[in-house]
Order: sequence, then structure tokens, then C-alpha cells
Amino acid sequence: MSEPIIRIEGMNKWFGQFHVLRDIDLTVNRAERIVICGPSGSGKSTLIRCINRLEEHQKGTIVVEGIELTGDLKQIDNVRREVGMVFQQFNLFPHLTVLENCTLAPIWVRRTPRAEAEELAMEYLTRVKIPEQALKYPGQLSGGQQQRVAIARSLCMRPKIMLFDEPTSALDPEMIKEVLDVMVELAETEMTMLVVTHEMGFARQVAHRVIFMDEGQIVEQNEPEEFFYNPKSDRTKLFLSQILSH
Amino acid sequence: MAADSQAGGRRQGAASWWYDPKIRAIAFQVAFVLALIGLGVYLVHNTLINLEKRNIKTGFDFLFNPAGFEIPLTLIPYSVEAGSTHGAVFIVGLLNTLLISAMGIVLATILGFILGVLRLSNNWLVSRLVGVYIEAVRNVPLLLQFLFWHFAVFQSLPLVRRAIPIFDTVYIHNRGLTIPKPIPQPGFMLVVASVFIAVATIIYLKKWARRRQDATGEQFPVFWVSLGVLIGVPLLVSAAAGFPLTWEYAELGRFRFTGGLEIQIELFSTLAALTVYTSSFVAEIVRAGILAVSKGQQEASYSLGVRPAPTLRLVIIPQALRVIVPPLVSQYLNLTKNSSLGIAIGYPDLFNVFGGISLNQSGQAIEIVAMCMVVYLTFSLLISLYMNWYNRRISLVER
Ligand SMILES: Nc1ncnc2c1ncn2[C@@H]1O[C@H](COP(=O)(O)OP(=O)(O)O)[C@@H](O)[C@H]1O
Ligand SMILES: [Mg+2]
Repeated sequence: MSEPIIRIEGMNKWFGQFHVLRDIDLTVNRAERIVICGPSGSGKSTLIRCINRLEEHQKGTIVVEGIELTGDLKQIDNVRREVGMVFQQFNLFPHLTVLENCTLAPIWVRRTPRAEAEELAMEYLTRVKIPEQALKYPGQLSGGQQQRVAIARSLCMRPKIMLFDEPTSALDPEMIKEVLDVMVELAETEMTMLVVTHEMGFARQVAHRVIFMDEGQIVEQNEPEEFFYNPKSDRTKLFLSQILSH
Repeated sequence: MAADSQAGGRRQGAASWWYDPKIRAIAFQVAFVLALIGLGVYLVHNTLINLEKRNIKTGFDFLFNPAGFEIPLTLIPYSVEAGSTHGAVFIVGLLNTLLISAMGIVLATILGFILGVLRLSNNWLVSRLVGVYIEAVRNVPLLLQFLFWHFAVFQSLPLVRRAIPIFDTVYIHNRGLTIPKPIPQPGFMLVVASVFIAVATIIYLKKWARRRQDATGEQFPVFWVSLGVLIGVPLLVSAAAGFPLTWEYAELGRFRFTGGLEIQIELFSTLAALTVYTSSFVAEIVRAGILAVSKGQQEASYSLGVRPAPTLRLVIIPQALRVIVPPLVSQYLNLTKNSSLGIAIGYPDLFNVFGGISLNQSGQAIEIVAMCMVVYLTFSLLISLYMNWYNRRISLVER
């Protein structure tokens, strides 16, 4: 097995006095797909946001694609180019068209000629099945369409890792499937994926590993089948009984 | 029900039209317009009779009559000896209004943006202090602020003969500021022309850089190169022309300066009052604009690998401006109108010299007030037109 694509060792993070992440150890291999779940406020978002340095950790090491995340701005830039992120609230740029949303970073970060960037954007917009919306503005699209644009926008940077922070939580039920379908297809491309979600069907279908977090710690991790049918800790059992009872 | 009342309406015949909302609306409008016309005719008639009684001629001929008073600040040649007319007074006043408004707008914008950003500072003390400043300045009547700056601040500076010298070239005193007077030499027009050439070059440069980036992806430091061109080209041209601008330095005599250029205190008082007052509104507008762009926009941009500076330029500012520009422009309009308060301390703006002194001398109240109103109305209309255009250009497309 080659060098892991993400290596987190003894990582701790505080928000002021509040200890959000405690002694996190996590190794992610190339093309591995991980689902992270846990109660609200357990630090799931904070953990994945540390991976592209939207949050700064105070102790321990995070190495992404061989680049260690320190205060070095150049390193942070290099990591962010390799790591795409999809947010719960989509965060599309409302003043730009769908196409411009997708070409902004390739043009300004990768210095891609416009025609080439647009071609690439259309390719990914086709993959997420909305090429016909390219010239519309985000405000004209449904939530599910916006989230698919957000995925395409990240993919246009050709990242090696994709982070998803509850990508379907802000969606109406009838739109969840169209977004999950796109994510399942992405999983088939050998993309390394870390997905914070409570969609257990998705976890069973695509995850190699499910991680359960509580109170800033990784409590338990296992293959999906083992995790769901044979949870070890009481906290996991309680959590699973709560989400499965919905 | 509906059928009933209609039938009833027909049965009652003539009385029913009064209850038809459409007819009522038209009737009210016709009545209103008739009343308005009646009032207008009465006013004009009344005025004409009064003017006739007092032997005042109507019309704009007075604009060509000489105005027998000096104006302390004139941007165009104006002098009583040369027989400058009331028409010239109008132009001088208009230019003075435009001058103070333009300077006030620039300074209030800069100060306001700085204060607005400081107001959002994480430093509790800084943000509180700015908050107190904004509240205080906004809630003190503007006229009072004019008087404060004029009498309490600038007039309490030292007398002319004890003027504070700065590098022996600029002098501060209670009548204003004395600076060296620039005297253009032959060839100075070349330098002026080179400024225009530099601006044209920059516009072309921007287009060229964009086309090149679209085609090859290469970026070009447009801002820094533009700055270089703007400073470098005029500098080179004036060096080539042998620096065709000389300075006449002021000499302090026993009681007053000879030579040099004196900028009157009224300009500074007016400028300070307008700038400080308007900056507090601008600060609040800027703060609201920045807060209106969610944190998620910045995070999304960062997560794509876009650095902070281009994120600000491409993502944050374009969105903040949508919220900032409309109220900002209406503050500019307010500032322009508020400049007429300069009359309280003697700043020679349009309202003061034309609407005040010219009116008293010529007695042509109606013509002069109408001209002043047309000027301020024109400012308002131009700004509204611009606002409509801007709003249409930037409005977000929503479902
Ligand atoms: N910027 C912040 N400042 C202070 N506390 C925060 C901040 N972001 C998150 N938190 C706190 O950290 C904890 C973990 O948050 P988060 O990672 O968002 O949890 P999750 O995604 O698992 O719901 C929560 O208690 C939250 O209130
Ligand atoms: Mg979260």
C-alpha cells in the first residue's frame, strides 16, 4: 500500500476554552471513502474543516498529500488546491452564473485559459446532469441543482480529495436522491471522499469505513456492515437507535 | 352576491355610478388636477400683479447685468472691476458647490470606509469607540457641526502674523491655509495631456490583460502597472519639458502674506463638517454591506484554493457593493444638498452667492430660486438615473 493521502496524528483543537477535538488519529488511504457520523456538535464539521485549514488546529499533525499543514500560507494554498469541499448551504457565488462559478478557480488559481476552463466546466456540469443550466444564476436553481453545481465547481479544480459537510441536510426530501446519485457516481471514479452525513443508505452503499464521533473524539470506526449491525460502544448503539428510529 | 349587487346597481340607476370604484378613481383624479391647475393659475396671477405693483421686471435679463460684489473663492476669472455679471456669479457659485461636494464625497468615502471596517474590528475598544463616534456625529444637527468646526476649531487657530509654518512653505492660520502658488510655464499643457494619455493607456492595458488571460491564462499585475503608468508617464513628460511648473512662495509680511495662494477657512470648515457628518453614514452603510456577505462565501472561495486577495476582489467586494452603492449614492446626494448650509459660515456656494447676494441685489427672487431649484433637482435626477441603471445592472437574478 502506498503512503496514505491524509494522516492525522494526535490532533487537538480548541475554540477559546472549549476543547472541540481531542486526540484525533485518522489515516485515510488513496481512493478510500469514509462516512463520518455522530450527534450534532460532536465536532464532525470542525474535523473535516481542519483538513483544508478552514479551521486551524492547535496540537498534533495533519499531513495531506505529503504536505504538512502549518502556518505556512504556501502550504495551505497547495493543500486547498488538492482538496475540494461541498457545504451544507451550497455557498455558490450568487453574482456569477453557474458556468462562472465553475470557471472562477481554474482561471484564477490554475491559470487555465478561459475557453479550456469553460470546456472543463461543461464536462463536469454534464456529469452532475445540469449542463443546460450553465448560463443561469444560482438563485434560479432548486436546492438540489445548486448542490450539484457546488459539486461540479469543486471538481473543476480536479481535486484528489473531496470533503462533504452534510451535503443533503439543507435539501427538501425529494431532492436528496439527485445529489446522492451524483455522489455515488463520483465514488465510482476512485475519488478519495470524506462525507459527513446521516444518510445511512449512502454509507452502506459506498463507504469503506464509517467513523462515529462524539464529544470531539473518534469513538468507533468500522466497515459499514460491522458498524451498523455490530456496534461496540454504548454511545454508538444509542446514536444508531436514535437515527434509525426516524 | 355579486350578481345581486350588480342587478341592484342597475335598478337604482343614476345614483349608482358614484359607487363604481373605477369611475370614482377617475373623478377624484380629475378633481385633483383641476384644483392643482386652479392653484397654479392663482399663484402666477397673484405674483404677476405683485411684481407689477412693485415695478419689478420679470425675465432673465438680470443675468447680464454686472454684479457689484466680490466673491472670496472663484474657480473662473471673476472681478467686480471687470464688470462680471450675475450670470458669472451663478457659474462661480455652481462651481464652488461642485468643488466642495466633490471633495466632501471623496473624503467622506475614504473616512467612512475606514470607520466602517474598524466598526467590525474584533478589538472591543476600537469597535466601541468608532460606534460612539458614529452615533454622536449622526445625532448632532449638521448646522451645529458647521458652527463648531468654523468657530470652535478653525477660527481658534493662530492669527496670520503668528501662522504655523510647515517647512516654511505652507502656513496654517485662522484665515485659512497659505500655500505656494503653482505657475504653469510654457509646455505645461503637454503634461496635462500626458495625464489623459496615461489614463487611456491604462484602459487599454486592462482590456489587453483580460484578453491575454482569457487566451493563455497568464495573469498581469494590472493595478501596479497602472499605478506606475499614471505616475511615470506625466513625470517623464514633465522632465522632458523641463518641469514646466514653478512655485511662487508666500512671504509673511507684518500682518499678511504676499504672494502664494490662500485657501479660505470657510472651505475647510465646510469640508470638515460635511466630511465628518457624511462619513458616519457611510461607515454604517459599509458595515452593513460587509455583514451582508456571508462567511460561507469566503470559505467556499478559500476551499477552491483562491487566495484572500482575489477572494476579496472577485467574491466579497462585488457582493458587498450591491448593498453598499445604492445608499452610498443617496448619501452623496445628501452631501451635495447639505453643502448649501455653508451659507451659515460664509462659504460662497451657489445658494449663498447666487441665491443670497444676487437675489438681494437684483430682486429677481422667482427666477433665481427657480434656477437654484433646477440645479439641485438636476443633481437628484442625474443620481436617480444612475441608480436605476446601476440597480438594473447588478440586481441578482432570482427565481
Ligand atoms: N467558530 C466557532 N467558535 C466557537 N465554537 C464553535 C465554532 N464552530 C463550532 N463551534 C462549536 O464546536 C462544537 C463542534 O461543532 P461542529 O464541528 O460544527 O459540530 P458538528 O458538525 O458535529 O455538528 C459545537 O459545540 C460548536 O458549538
Ligand atoms: Mg456540522
